Amino acid sequence: MTKRKLILIGNGMAGVRCLEEILKEAPDRFEITVFGRECHPNYNRLMLSSVLQGDTTIDDIVLNSYEWYKKNNITLYTGETVTGIQTEKKTIQTDKGKSMAYDDLIIATGSNPFMLPLPGADKEGVIAFRDIKDCETMIQSSEKYKKAVVIGGGLLGLEAARGLLNLGMDVDVVHIMDHLMERQLDVTASTMLKAELEIQGMNFLMNHQTEAILGSGRVKKVTFRNGKPVKADLVVMAVGIKPNVGMAADSGIETNRGIVVNDYMETSAPDVYTVGECAEHREMVYGLVAPLYEQGKALAKRICEKDAGKGYEGSILSTKLKVSGVDVFSAGEFVDDPTVRAVRIQDDFEKIYKKIVIRDNKIVGAVLFGDTSESRNLLNMINNETDVSDMSQVNILQTNDGNSASTVADMSDSETICGCNGVSKGDIVSAIQNDKLTSVAQVRDCTNASRSCGTCKGLVGELLEHTLGDDYDSACEKESVCSCTTLTHEEVVSEIRTKGLSHTREVMNVLGWQEEEGCSKCRPAINYYLGMVHPADYEDEKESRFVNERMHANIQKDGTYSVVPRMYGGVTNAKDLRKIADVADKYEVPLLKLTGGQRIDLLGIKKEDVPNVWKDLDMPSGYAYGKAVRTVKTCVGEDFCRFGTQDSIGLGIAIEKNFEKLNTPHKVKMGVSACPRNCAESSIKDVGVIGVEGAWEIYVGGNGGSSLRAAELLCSVSSDEEVLETIAAYLQYYRETARYLERTSHWLERVGLEHVKAIVLEDTQARIELIERMNTALANLKEPWQEIISDYKKKHDLFEEKAITVSDN
Amino acid sequence: MMKQTLSKQHVKICPLNELPLQVGKKIVISEHEIALFRLANDTVKAVENKCPHKQGPLSEGMVSGDYVFCPLHDRKIDLDSGEVQKPDDGCVKTYHTEVVDNVVYITL
Repeated sequence: MTKRKLILIGNGMAGVRCLEEILKEAPDRFEITVFGRECHPNYNRLMLSSVLQGDTTIDDIVLNSYEWYKKNNITLYTGETVTGIQTEKKTIQTDKGKSMAYDDLIIATGSNPFMLPLPGADKEGVIAFRDIKDCETMIQSSEKYKKAVVIGGGLLGLEAARGLLNLGMDVDVVHIMDHLMERQLDVTASTMLKAELEIQGMNFLMNHQTEAILGSGRVKKVTFRNGKPVKADLVVMAVGIKPNVGMAADSGIETNRGIVVNDYMETSAPDVYTVGECAEHREMVYGLVAPLYEQGKALAKRICEKDAGKGYEGSILSTKLKVSGVDVFSAGEFVDDPTVRAVRIQDDFEKIYKKIVIRDNKIVGAVLFGDTSESRNLLNMINNETDVSDMSQVNILQTNDGNSASTVADMSDSETICGCNGVSKGDIVSAIQNDKLTSVAQVRDCTNASRSCGTCKGLVGELLEHTLGDDYDSACEKESVCSCTTLTHEEVVSEIRTKGLSHTREVMNVLGWQEEEGCSKCRPAINYYLGMVHPADYEDEKESRFVNERMHANIQKDGTYSVVPRMYGGVTNAKDLRKIADVADKYEVPLLKLTGGQRIDLLGIKKEDVPNVWKDLDMPSGYAYGKAVRTVKTCVGEDFCRFGTQDSIGLGIAIEKNFEKLNTPHKVKMGVSACPRNCAESSIKDVGVIGVEGAWEIYVGGNGGSSLRAAELLCSVSSDEEVLETIAAYLQYYRETARYLERTSHWLERVGLEHVKAIVLEDTQARIELIERMNTALANLKEPWQEIISDYKKKHDLFEEKAITVSDN
Repeated sequence: MMKQTLSKQHVKICPLNELPLQVGKKIVISEHEIALFRLANDTVKAVENKCPHKQGPLSEGMVSGDYVFCPLHDRKIDLDSGEVQKPDDGCVKTYHTEVVDNVVYITL
């Protein structure tokens, strides 16, 4: 059967999404050609404001890469506009003189920004805010000019204004109405929003009607019917959009405000469909993503001759968005009128406002400001027309009382998780199970959930956790280092390297940290990364260390400390035991305990005694407190054990002496067993060595802690030297590529054992370099206990307390 | 030591440069156990040395900006108001501090 020729006019979000649905329904039915006016593949227009705000690059917002078109055998013509359709001959023409026949045609030309027909609107420096080109113009203008005027106080205008503020411009927002975003917000929410944005630096000219744009060549001034003129170097018109239907109308297709379609997205012309912002369905033209995607699904079913059911029946409008960092949600009817009653909560301190509009015991609309966590619930109640007469107000407006973890578990399978793309809980759960998905990114790629605005990422994460249980590693999902920054761990490390950053304050300053001095999550991470990148020069910052690593002892619940001296390979002797016993007596140590790592823990030592305990012990620190190499646990081995085939104690001590004091992203525990009976539990260690006849097997990525994981075989080697070299290369690779506080078990699952083998074992050059860098790191380590004992200031700063007596004379 | 009245005591603690930057110091004044902090901007803050959650010694916590993070369970506490930051709750007592001629004083 020959394929039908399908042409899509418009390479935007609605049209391309519809193609994806078509490919899902019938991958081989069509030979597809796409024409797009812009010179880009399909990108996420909703994210343009993030590009403007500097959070994202244009590459990041591409939804379908050129490879995607290629992979699906779609011919894409960018920068080419379709200029006419002959519906009887079933052909189209383009502005580049192309003529092409179709069997089916989809018009998805979206909309154009509405430019006010003001005198001077054609001057240089007057733009819209609609596509990548507008963004680029705004960025370029901000480099040369200072003052911007945004006309329009709706969502688009406010996003543009926020972006321009970020670009360093002064911004006036002109709005013709009394209130901002009047189509989404009621008066109260709108007033709160305005106050918030004013704090951020926006200046509002409310109730202003623009009269003209003045300037010779480039814009200089904006004048109003009612108010003083203002200076302007750049004018952004964001007063609205209008469906782009001119070409369709000229071609004789029925249009009104948009191109008129039925419930199956069919236009008045045979085999011509339309979808997206240019479509008018039951007298509604939609400008939001969710309805457009629903339309795309209906269209795909019909065009593929699948059972399209009732088709598309319209959408209840809801918006959940972040305006300049403020969460806002609105849905349905939110304006008061005599037929409705409302539940309202307003908290001026927390800047939260919630209003639920009820008619005949059913929720018909809502506005949430500042906290939108209940939005999904509310939207479901609106869509399902839930009877709320039995519910107390508190239940309707569930406040977050910490039970959020169970919310996804309680949801029914039909509930929507991703409003933009209409993906239900059931869709996601079955995708996770059937396609063995383990990350939010995979769920996004497979189901489209969280692909558009991204606000449901958290819920998708919860669903993964709920579905997979402990198999789900949420650590991999937390993208940024902490809430002080949007950068990931990898980005921070790469910035440190490329920009040559050498101090925590410098990192936070240069990389635009939101909290000037960071927090307890990012500071230790940055401190670690700096030490890892600059092993010879970086001076460790004790104030960026968690208490245990600053004090080189483990804090206990009562503020006392525990001290664990080094005991290489778990081997001790009478002299050391006597010293420990003497120290225990002298300082009245409340508890002596053997640790899991084959050492002795002295618990309950008073802070001021800690340095003296170290001095009397005269043994190296066991690093039992650190994100560092801890111990090497060993079994008895060949000297005494009747099964032992190898000298496990000897090798264990050699490993521990070689790698002691080494800082790592998280703790590293090791073990050496002399035979496969594995008495040193090598198979649940970060690095575990097991002796077999004539060889050592090296296992990696084991964990005996909170998430039990068996180690995997990395390789088998024949000499002690090779064991040390392999561990050096492996641990150095972990040190350089793991995220701070990521155990080797999680890291290995993330990067994959085969990948690690390729670098650490097979790439000889990489291996040699890793070992060299490891040796540099090891050469620069100092024994911390000795260092503090012999440094008066350090000892004083860290361990001395002050008691002052005051008399009540 | 300065003259003290019964109602408000103005207690001299130590020279400013005796306090390490961004590392807390535990000070015991009669029955008061106080965590004293010299922030990066050289101002000095003092709070009761007890996290409201599980009595963790705040003097051992990490200091960032005007906040200290409790060393036991990472509660974030505002050193100006004593308020535990969301999502946790609680409040620690704060003490007024002054630096006069490079000497630190606490008002009890």
